[in-house]
Amino acid sequence: MVTGRGWIKNAEMANPMKKFTVLFGPIFKENPITAQILGVCSALAVTSKLETAIVMSLAVTFVLAFSNLSISAIRKHIPGSIRIIVEMTIIASLVIIADQLIKAFAYDVSKQLSVYVGLIITNCIIMGRAEAYALKNPPIQSMLDGIGNGLGYSLILVIVAFFRELIGSGTLLGHTILPLYTDSGWYIPNGLFLLPPSAFFIIGLIIWAIRTWRPEENEE
Amino acid sequence: MQNESTKKTIVVALAVCLVCSVLVSATAIGLKARQQENQRLEKLRNILIAGGIETAGGDVDALYREKIESMQIDLAKGTVSASMENVDLKVALKKAVLHEALSPEKDLAGIRVRPRTLSIYSVREGDAVTRWILPIAGKGLWSTMYGFIALDADLKTVRGLTFYEHGETPGLGGEIDNPQWKAQWNGKMVFDEAGSLKLQVIKGKVDLSSPQSKYQIDGLSGSTLTTRGVDMTIQFWLGSNGYGPWLDKKRGDG
Repeated sequence: MVTGRGWIKNAEMANPMKKFTVLFGPIFKENPITAQILGVCSALAVTSKLETAIVMSLAVTFVLAFSNLSISAIRKHIPGSIRIIVEMTIIASLVIIADQLIKAFAYDVSKQLSVYVGLIITNCIIMGRAEAYALKNPPIQSMLDGIGNGLGYSLILVIVAFFRELIGSGTLLGHTILPLYTDSGWYIPNGLFLLPPSAFFIIGLIIWAIRTWRPEENEE
Repeated sequence: MQNESTKKTIVVALAVCLVCSVLVSATAIGLKARQQENQRLEKLRNILIAGGIETAGGDVDALYREKIESMQIDLAKGTVSASMENVDLKVALKKAVLHEALSPEKDLAGIRVRPRTLSIYSVREGDAVTRWILPIAGKGLWSTMYGFIALDADLKTVRGLTFYEHGETPGLGGEIDNPQWKAQWNGKMVFDEAGSLKLQVIKGKVDLSSPQSKYQIDGLSGSTLTTRGVDMTIQFWLGSNGYGPWLDKKRGDG
């Protein structure tokens, strides 16, 4: 999961002043899902509806921004021998906080997301950004990198969820867009799009489109 | 201090743990009231859903007050108890004064104790009760599942089943929340002509051509133990150690 090209590029990024690139690079050019192929697992699980995808995106962006910020803030004091475990402790705490917030303020969504919020802990993007970026860069810049990667993840999640909910249920955010034939409309929903494999197809198509449009993204 | 020294390692580890635990506990305590309110509403919503009342967009509290009536029954005797105080099943299973021990051979649902009295709910239209909503609880694979079974006014036909709290595996046992699976409970019969409990969740799909199919519910594939837990929960609560005495009395009355 850690062999994407963007990974190496970002780690070696030399110019620290390009905040714009730090923030917007991961959204389009070095998107964690399409370029680095990280965090795909959750992209399959929570994208059958737009609402869950948006809440999940916010949660991941929140965790990513603050894990990068706090890990970077103490990066000069983390002993190498317990580096990973310190990172995990911080990430896990942030995930619990995000989970508690969702349970308090978006209870219905929290029931649908069930374990997947807790599983943000194992999302490769977060650990990946901590290791590849936050340990080597100052706090504010690391936070921007976290937000950028979070938004990059969010962008793909929202695109995938948009198509899955529209094609699978004929709705968007719960509002009917294509009236179903069961409710005397005309649209026969494609059930495949409610199942996780459809997210694979959509992500695959997105990656194909990006690499056709920008051949330099292709791997050797 | 050297970053790699033992002392520094311990200091950093302790400091990180301390800060993280303070943050996590502060969030958990700060949001507890709100989360409990959400859970309370979720329970009311499930009572309404079990009662067949549309809740989408409505004020759950107001709907509940308008449509639902609760009463307390003595489980062992099957009589209506005079107490006006609501007894929640989950609370009753936890508080020692509210329950009595169940012997292992009676404890089909895996809950170890049985509440002495318990609140049950009814939906009324005018003077007549249209549905009875009975709280149930039983052990699934990982968790105790709390829910409701709704019976028709005849006390023989199932009108619905819903769980409002459980910790079963999402996608497998968690499919007890699947609306399609829940929908098939509506219309199933609980008892046969002789009055013995026949409703059961079977393994695999129900053969609709069989005369037994009106008592049977599809098992969930990939979640044998959760399915078994749901089945045992039904056997216990609708059996002679659960609501049996009350059901008998009620049917005897009229």
